[in-house]
Amino acid sequence: MTTTTVDPLAGTQTSARRRLPTWSPWAFAAGALVLAFLLMLVLGSPTVATVVATAIVLYAVGLTVTSRVVEGERRATDRLATTLVTLAFGVALIPLISLLWTVVKEGSKQFSVTFLNTNMVGVYGQMTEGGVYHAIMGTLLITLAAAVISVPIGLLTAIYLVEYGQGHLARSITFLVDVMTGIPSIVAGLFAFTLFTMVFGPAYRSGLMGAAALSVLMIPVVIRSVEEMLRLVPNELREAAYALGVPKYLTIIKVVLRTAVAGIVTGVMLAVARVIGETAPLLLTVGIIADVNWDLFDGRMATLPVYAYRQYSQGGIGVDRAWAAALTLIAIVMILNVVARLVSRYFSPKATR
Amino acid sequence: MAVLSPTRAEKQHDEREPDVKRNQGGIAGRVFQYLSVAAGLTILLTLAAVAGFLVLRAWPALTASPEELQEISWFQGDSLLAYVGPLIFGTLLASLLALLIAVPLSVGIALFISHYAPRALAQALGYVIDLLAAIPSVVYGLWGALWLAPTLDPIFRWMTDFLGFIPLFEGYQPPAKNILTASVVLAVMILPIITAVTREVFLQTPVLHEEAALALGATRWEMVRMAVIPFGRSGVISASMLGLGRALGETMAVLMILSPGFLYSFFLLKPGQHQSIAANIASKFPEASGLSVSALIATGLALFVITLAVNMFARWIISRRSEFSGAN
Repeated sequence: MTTTTVDPLAGTQTSARRRLPTWSPWAFAAGALVLAFLLMLVLGSPTVATVVATAIVLYAVGLTVTSRVVEGERRATDRLATTLVTLAFGVALIPLISLLWTVVKEGSKQFSVTFLNTNMVGVYGQMTEGGVYHAIMGTLLITLAAAVISVPIGLLTAIYLVEYGQGHLARSITFLVDVMTGIPSIVAGLFAFTLFTMVFGPAYRSGLMGAAALSVLMIPVVIRSVEEMLRLVPNELREAAYALGVPKYLTIIKVVLRTAVAGIVTGVMLAVARVIGETAPLLLTVGIIADVNWDLFDGRMATLPVYAYRQYSQGGIGVDRAWAAALTLIAIVMILNVVARLVSRYFSPKATR
Repeated sequence: MAVLSPTRAEKQHDEREPDVKRNQGGIAGRVFQYLSVAAGLTILLTLAAVAGFLVLRAWPALTASPEELQEISWFQGDSLLAYVGPLIFGTLLASLLALLIAVPLSVGIALFISHYAPRALAQALGYVIDLLAAIPSVVYGLWGALWLAPTLDPIFRWMTDFLGFIPLFEGYQPPAKNILTASVVLAVMILPIITAVTREVFLQTPVLHEEAALALGATRWEMVRMAVIPFGRSGVISASMLGLGRALGETMAVLMILSPGFLYSFFLLKPGQHQSIAANIASKFPEASGLSVSALIATGLALFVITLAVNMFARWIISRRSEFSGAN
């Protein structure tokens, strides 16, 4: 990528013959940090944020100006661009690190084994008891139901698109899957609410309603990832099976799906991880309740995201509970993500020839 | 439908390869094929049902007289259109501000991962950015309201003190529960998707173009400007539109951070000026019944139409690009 030992700019300008040594950015960075610290010390109390911000400005200005004097304008622009692009990445790390750090720090105040295996029955006011057992169970049940609805539909649709689909129908379904990916989660919630209240009456609430809303969000994600996995299966495998006289549907089940199974499991787990944190559709459909509800087909259920939101809006000790619930939720999502990546790493077919 | 479509698909299949007579596996094979077609049709049906049911349920509010609508306790304005107008304005303002923050950052990050970072690190850095996408929206809401708002407070004070002569930044009041804070959180939430799409496009830049630029003596930045950016421009646009679609429909971050108001207002730092459609639905829906449910669903329908238009536009750009990208 980089221009190597031969300098193409040499000779174009007299000043461009000289170049800054390779260690100069590091030297400038160190110098800028020291200078920023001293400056902040003179102006007032130095904090990490102000020192780093000042140092970045000093570094960018200092390096660009020096480079312009020594190396010429084009090299100076190049150095400025490198600084800005690296800075963009650094800026993106700020929310990630601060978010994870805040969740762990604030969440650990209430987080304990008791928090994980008690529910909110009989907890009121500023009592420090109470936990998320009912919400964890509700989240798991509803997400499982959503997966049970979405996975067969998603899998079969992906099979249709990759193995059978041709012409207008396949093309329009591909387009509609893309459109479906963009449905706002709250609209999915409104849809499930409307569908079920129209069929079962206006007071009907159940976990299944939430599962239906989550399915609308989950199906396109499943289709996309399974489709990608099926397209990775080499055509030679299919043709070998056909040549042996294996019917098409058996080829798909026994050869194509078998080859892609690790990728499909990974895709499904990532889709689950994605919908497990959805809040808005569940807020509209299943609401919140203080006790465990094991019946998916009747009554409100507690879920972790809605629990976190409700505790937050309650204030006081509720905010601590909200953080602890957020920590639990992030832990579940991260475990799902890690397991999904491990499955795809260790169980996918090895490309040995 | 389910019986007709597979035969059509199959016929075309045979037309394509007329000399191959394939073993379709008798009845079991047929059943399997029909099942997969039926699943595909479910997608069509689901989308139609989403639109249909929402229209059906919103109908009472769409046809209600202004007097009937006035009976809803939280209703403002003379008609449904007058009610949803400020909400649409708030939604668009928050999303566009988020886009304004997220797009330059995302392009920078994508360039860093695709062309600046050491090769061995690039994939790991991509995962780090993808982590941002895995965090649930309610956690973003908590973080935005309880960490980001206090953190931004001194910056906003400074802005209103020194830039207050610009009407945009006038009249900041702590705590920072204003639309700019909400937009910053939205920007963080849409950063991963914009970065992911942009990065993919940048990585597809023909190596020959890049090497040609370098061979002519271009610096790395000049190579990026001459070869990578022009190649990826449409990708950046469609990625931004996808990000916009996300931001428009995001509920929790706005609901938990913004102190709501119903004004057409460009005061970015004042609380109680704006509200988004999604957050408005989430805050009013649990207590709503009867006509007020219909009115909320009508606003949801407006959101659905807007996001649909934005997403379709994004996909159209992508598909148009894929038609000629093979020639590059």
